[in-house]
Amino acid sequence: MDDLLAARSQMAMSLAFHIVFAAVGIAMPLLMIVAEGMWIRTKRRVYRELAQRWAKGTAIIFAVGAVSGTVLSFELGLLWPTFMEHAGPLVSMPFSLEGFAFFLEAIFLGLYLYGWDRLAPKVHWLCGLMVMISGTMSGIFVVCANAWMNAPAGFDFVGGEFVNVRPWEAMFNALWMPMTAHMTVAAFQAVAFAVAGIHAWMLLKDPGNAFHRAAIGIALIVGLATAIVQPIMGDLLAKNTAVHQPIKLAAMEGQFETERGAPLRIGGMPDVEAGRTNYALEIPGGLSFLAFGSFEAEVRGLKDFPRDEWPPVAIVHIAFQIMVACGMWMLGVAVLGVFLAWRQRALPEQRWYLWLLVVSGPLGFVAIEAGWTVTEVGRQPWVIYGFMRTADAVTPMPGLIVPFTVFSVLYLVLSVIVVYLLRRHVFQSPTAAQLARIAEVDGGGAADNVQVGGDDA
Amino acid sequence: MPELSTIVAMVLVVAMAAYVLSGGADFGGGIWRLFAWGPRGERQRDALNDAIAPIWEANHVWLILVIVLLFSCFPRAFSVLMTALHIPLAAMLVGIVLRGSAFAFESYPAGATRLQKRSGRVFAVSSAVTPFLLGISVGAIASGNLRVDAATGMVQTNFVSEWLAPFPFAIGALLLAVCAFLSAVYMTVEVRADVELANDFRRRGLWAAVAVGVFALVSLLLARRDAPFLYEGLVHGRAAIFFQILTGLAAVIVLGALWQRRYRIARLAALVQGGLIIVGWALAQFPYLIYPDITIAGAAADEVVLRLVLIALAAGSVLLLPAFYYLYRVFKAGKSGGVEVAQNPAPVADESEASGGADESGVDSR
Ligand code: HDD
Ligand code: HEM
Ligand code: HEM
Repeated sequence: MDDLLAARSQMAMSLAFHIVFAAVGIAMPLLMIVAEGMWIRTKRRVYRELAQRWAKGTAIIFAVGAVSGTVLSFELGLLWPTFMEHAGPLVSMPFSLEGFAFFLEAIFLGLYLYGWDRLAPKVHWLCGLMVMISGTMSGIFVVCANAWMNAPAGFDFVGGEFVNVRPWEAMFNALWMPMTAHMTVAAFQAVAFAVAGIHAWMLLKDPGNAFHRAAIGIALIVGLATAIVQPIMGDLLAKNTAVHQPIKLAAMEGQFETERGAPLRIGGMPDVEAGRTNYALEIPGGLSFLAFGSFEAEVRGLKDFPRDEWPPVAIVHIAFQIMVACGMWMLGVAVLGVFLAWRQRALPEQRWYLWLLVVSGPLGFVAIEAGWTVTEVGRQPWVIYGFMRTADAVTPMPGLIVPFTVFSVLYLVLSVIVVYLLRRHVFQSPTAAQLARIAEVDGGGAADNVQVGGDDA
Repeated sequence: MPELSTIVAMVLVVAMAAYVLSGGADFGGGIWRLFAWGPRGERQRDALNDAIAPIWEANHVWLILVIVLLFSCFPRAFSVLMTALHIPLAAMLVGIVLRGSAFAFESYPAGATRLQKRSGRVFAVSSAVTPFLLGISVGAIASGNLRVDAATGMVQTNFVSEWLAPFPFAIGALLLAVCAFLSAVYMTVEVRADVELANDFRRRGLWAAVAVGVFALVSLLLARRDAPFLYEGLVHGRAAIFFQILTGLAAVIVLGALWQRRYRIARLAALVQGGLIIVGWALAQFPYLIYPDITIAGAAADEVVLRLVLIALAAGSVLLLPAFYYLYRVFKAGKSGGVEVAQNPAPVADESEASGGADESGVDSR
């Protein structure tokens, strides 16, 4: 493994790891404050129990998210010093604002996790809201920086130097809106489906458990909404990619020839040597319509571009197919759920639908990883699209296989521990029997925070 | 009005000082966990954990702000130090990841007591290693060994010799001692109602203060040989003498206040002393970011970037400082003197540990 491949792999691994914790850091606070809001309004103890357990469960994820993000900030410099030397000032605005988003997120997270009994309920709830807002903003700002890498703007390129820097123009580049929208919806969708999947699994094991029904209720509403919105966001983004990064669109779709009425390919395996994509289900004119709004529109193929500027076509195509397939599957689950809920005036709880939620649980995160692979591998061989190649940005330090291996092993160990702790945490959620006692307390209007059954569980 | 790039450099120094005084002390807390055994070991451990639990993540963000300021306003300096100091900085990152994760695993064990104990040890060791590695990197920068070839602009480094030297290691030890010193002094205020515990941290604070003095002296002597420019700045610089006296005075006040158990005064003097050490180093190195090839003006980005970053920082702090004040007021000033275990109410169906015998203090500590 040469140094460039080791650096790229380390960056890919670090980001693929961080994005899971980042998505939870953005979306989990929404679920927590909805649960806490329902506790404050209805005084039903099961909601307070849910909000607290979700908070304890995600505390670990926030901490690992924060430190893995710190690793990324250093890695931008440790692995790609030449990139940062030129791009640093141009991405100064998103990252400066992101610094504040991190400060606010960490401050209000501390208040939320450790302030349950020190702050008035409504104040505590507001802290949770601030965690969500600042987490979402930090995600938006960092994706603005990435959007700049894909659609560079706000400078003049004179003699290999980025001069006449206009930071705001660089931040609000051509792709910032569709990419941040698509990523933000992706975070809420992935977390909502994962939470719904986990609690559906628990409900199948412990039918009628009010705790899990409440959890699914909240997660499903967010999941159904995002699953319906996301394909629209994705299509909007694809249309922008077609305009600003035509070679990436060609790689995504396995489109080798420049032609009118290009087909939309479902599946298929690009054969770069032969210059064709085989075994794909082709919908005539589909790609032209989706990308440019008319069945006859011309779509530029990979062969229209110099061979040394082609991204790894197979990876990008397959990743895009996986992401869209997950998107369509979750759309189906959502539409079905809305139909069932409309028909029976209550959230669907049929066992087969719960199994469907369990199976669909991880798909949101699979789609996020696939989506980022499309975006980043699709941008290759550039790190700044059209201006700086990844190979020219890498650090001259030799032996990059060593840090890559160290961080991969470190993150593997952390993943195992986090999953182990979360599994223990999830399996300690209240059983139907304990919940029955809560119901008595709620019904009986007893003192607000009577701790029931704490020790004789 | 000093040049824009100098103002940004000052903001950078303030951010670095804020990191050492807050985040550094959190690392110091971990260091004292290594010494938390014996009859009051358990109580020391809990007090140290509860002191940093709600604030370590917020304090940590100062380091991110330093990195962002470096790469957006002094990109040349950022790429040089990130290239040459890859090894110590990457090792420090492993420390940062281990410390943060281990602390979370220990705080939220979900009943896995064996994992909790091991995480506690990892947290303590990584809390000591991380500031030491950060100190080594700072020492390498301050020593003037990071050379850049004027013609090609490439940093001349074998990635080892700049930091693997006595002076950087002395600065590493100094920063470690400063973190431990700050943490011990802060803890005397945190636990002042528990006289036994306060005495423990008072003793640790006194020893740490001596260690800071010793390592500062060693670093100064080594600087004469290994970092002559820095030595000149520290000893004969424009305001050098003034700074030396002030830092010495602060150190004496800390020792006196600790001796007489005037813990709040000791904390204030320790804050001043810590800040002066950072500012003193920056002044000694002025106008160089990385002596001798990278100056503040030379490495600065376009004026428009510097101005926008300063505006963003000013606008942001309008929202940020009140939030920070509120956080510290809720968790620090709110202490009525007693050791209040951070309330984490026992959920209804508690983890197995609850059923496995009474909680230590009747409240689920996590
Ligand atoms: C769309 C979401 C998203 C994406 C693409 C990224 N991050 Fe992130 N990051 C977050 C969303 C996020 C977050 C949700 O805001 C985190 C996760 C948990 C947390 O506390 O904040 C976070 C934490 C976090 C932190 C620690 C902040 C703290 O101490 O609380 C840093 C320094 C970074 N990130 C930096 C980066 C860099 C350099 C990235 C790209 C190369 C990156 N993140 C990609
Ligand atoms: C968080 C989700 C993200 C994921 C999963 C992700 C994934 C990846 C992958 C797979 C690569 C390797 C591509 C290749 O070299 O073949 C990569 C490279 C890179 N990414 Fe991202 N990326 C993400 C977001 C970002 C953001 C927000 C930034 C910058 C602000 C960024 C900056 C970079 C840089 C500098 C490289 C190295 C240069 C290159 O390989 O092109 N990434 N990322
Ligand atoms: C269902 C139809 C979908 C379409 C047509 C679609 C389209 C796209 C396109 C074209 C890109 C690359 C944009 C670029 O790099 O220029 C992308 C990226 C991405 N997609 Fe999708 N997507 C869909 C579904 C999903 C789903 C369901 C998720 C996650 C839940 C998701 C998450 C992402 C992420 C995280 C990225 C990378 C970040 C970014 O570029 O914003 N996508 N998507």
